[in-house]
Amino acid sequence: MKNNNLKALIIFLGPAMLAIFVFFFIPVISAFVISFTDFDIYSLGNFSNARFIGLRNYTQLFEDPLFWTALQNTLFFVILAGPLSVCVSLFAAMLLNAKLVKFKGIFRLSYFMPVVTTLIAVAIVWRFIYHPRFGLLNYLLGFFHVNPVDWLGDPFWAMPAIVLMSVWKNFGYNMIIFIAGLNNIPSDLYEAATIEGASWWQQFRSITLPMLVPTTLFISIITMIGYFQLFAEPYIMTQGGPLNKTLSIVQYMYQEGFRWWNMGYSAAIAFVLFFIIFLGTVIQTFIQKKLKHA
Amino acid sequence: MKKVFLYLFLSVSAILTLAPFFWMISASLMADGHASVYPPRFFPDVTTLIQFQTLFTRLNALSNFFNSLILSLLVTTVSLLFNSMAGYAFAKFRFSGKDKLFTLLLSSMIIPAQVTMLPLFLMLKEMGFINTYMAIVIPGLANIFGIFMIRQYALSIPDSLLESARIDGATDFQIYWKIILPLCTPILVTLALFTFLGTWNDFLWPLIVLTDNSMYTLPVALANLMGEHTKDPELMMAGSVVTIIPVVIVFLALQKYYIKGIMMGGVKE
Repeated sequence: MKNNNLKALIIFLGPAMLAIFVFFFIPVISAFVISFTDFDIYSLGNFSNARFIGLRNYTQLFEDPLFWTALQNTLFFVILAGPLSVCVSLFAAMLLNAKLVKFKGIFRLSYFMPVVTTLIAVAIVWRFIYHPRFGLLNYLLGFFHVNPVDWLGDPFWAMPAIVLMSVWKNFGYNMIIFIAGLNNIPSDLYEAATIEGASWWQQFRSITLPMLVPTTLFISIITMIGYFQLFAEPYIMTQGGPLNKTLSIVQYMYQEGFRWWNMGYSAAIAFVLFFIIFLGTVIQTFIQKKLKHA
Repeated sequence: MKKVFLYLFLSVSAILTLAPFFWMISASLMADGHASVYPPRFFPDVTTLIQFQTLFTRLNALSNFFNSLILSLLVTTVSLLFNSMAGYAFAKFRFSGKDKLFTLLLSSMIIPAQVTMLPLFLMLKEMGFINTYMAIVIPGLANIFGIFMIRQYALSIPDSLLESARIDGATDFQIYWKIILPLCTPILVTLALFTFLGTWNDFLWPLIVLTDNSMYTLPVALANLMGEHTKDPELMMAGSVVTIIPVVIVFLALQKYYIKGIMMGGVKE
């Protein structure tokens, strides 16, 4: 179709491109510039008070024990919650895809419900579920003779508790994508395998998993990107404690930038986060490419 | 036998998944202190709406509710307009550099929003928009994911349809308004749903740019309340119910579109 009308192009593409350019690309570039300055509370009133300090924010970051703690916590969270939520999602999707299951819609809806609900609200609910004395979790575990645990107050358990809640909150989303992926696998593959006497496990290993590689790659990347941005759960449930054991990178960035107004430093944290996410995406793409050709 | 086991497992998992919501609703209907008991109560011993009353009278949650509602509707409407126009242009216009521009947009989706937050805050501060609705609307005017979704959908509309409309004398705007938009209705509903829920549920950005209780959206108000009422689970549960109920209703009404939207995003690869 021929359409080289410049006026129409400006009218249709202009508003969105202008908005994205001014309120997305310019901020990204500015953040990069700010990360090389000492922009702080004094610069807030008058931007010219900020001076270029080269790489000092970044070098300082690498010597900042609190940043390493935040990085370590976030990595721990991503490495634990990421694979766990992918596995739970796949498991749920396969169960719901089983031919003998009826009322699929109701089960799917139940598992999906946490996804659409407001994170802040459910984080508050879970905070009380984890209550050491009155919480539902300790009550349930009591039936199995487990002694009460102060989930959010114990440095060892606080992050795993946040992991559990996050997996509960998110697995429904990936489950839906996995269901779509499973439905895309031609059923004659399974029929042929059944005729040849392949067991359920063999079918899973040599049909389901390989056919799901693209879906799994997509899911692992979006899950990882989302989990690296961990913020609201610790903000509500632990405020980063106990002993900074749940302090996340985004939370540290938020504190430095918007509580102490160390914006130069905070921008550097944001870029390190971006770099890590970028690296994670590249590594996962690489691994899965290898898997595909193996 | 296998079937019974499967159903049992599915049902138990469904009950466990929904249990937090059940307890939330139940506790929101209890009087002060009645949720802090051992063993936990699954049903209120005495049902009362006192928590909701406190919320809406003393704590002024109604204004927070309206902030959330108006902002979500506003962002949804404006971004739908901008995204659909751009999506149409990317799908059907021919211009030099189109593919490059589109690739640039797509690859920049990997940049986490947190990177933009500091400069965006400073920009909005200079414009005098901090603590106003504009602070939420402006960053939500258009988004790359939305443009992408609409473009993918609009690509499937046959060019011949647009050609014949043009021969009949339709302008670009008429084509967009009378052909593209109606044919794109399913994806528009999906996107509207994503945007509405996304704006309603958003936390970090509203927390940064809204500084006054009367301007807070529900999640920010709730987080703020949590700081003061850590020991009032009943009140906090009522607040959570008020925050969650609208999104659940919207979702249940349009869930088909939501699920389809996720599947589209997921299978594209």
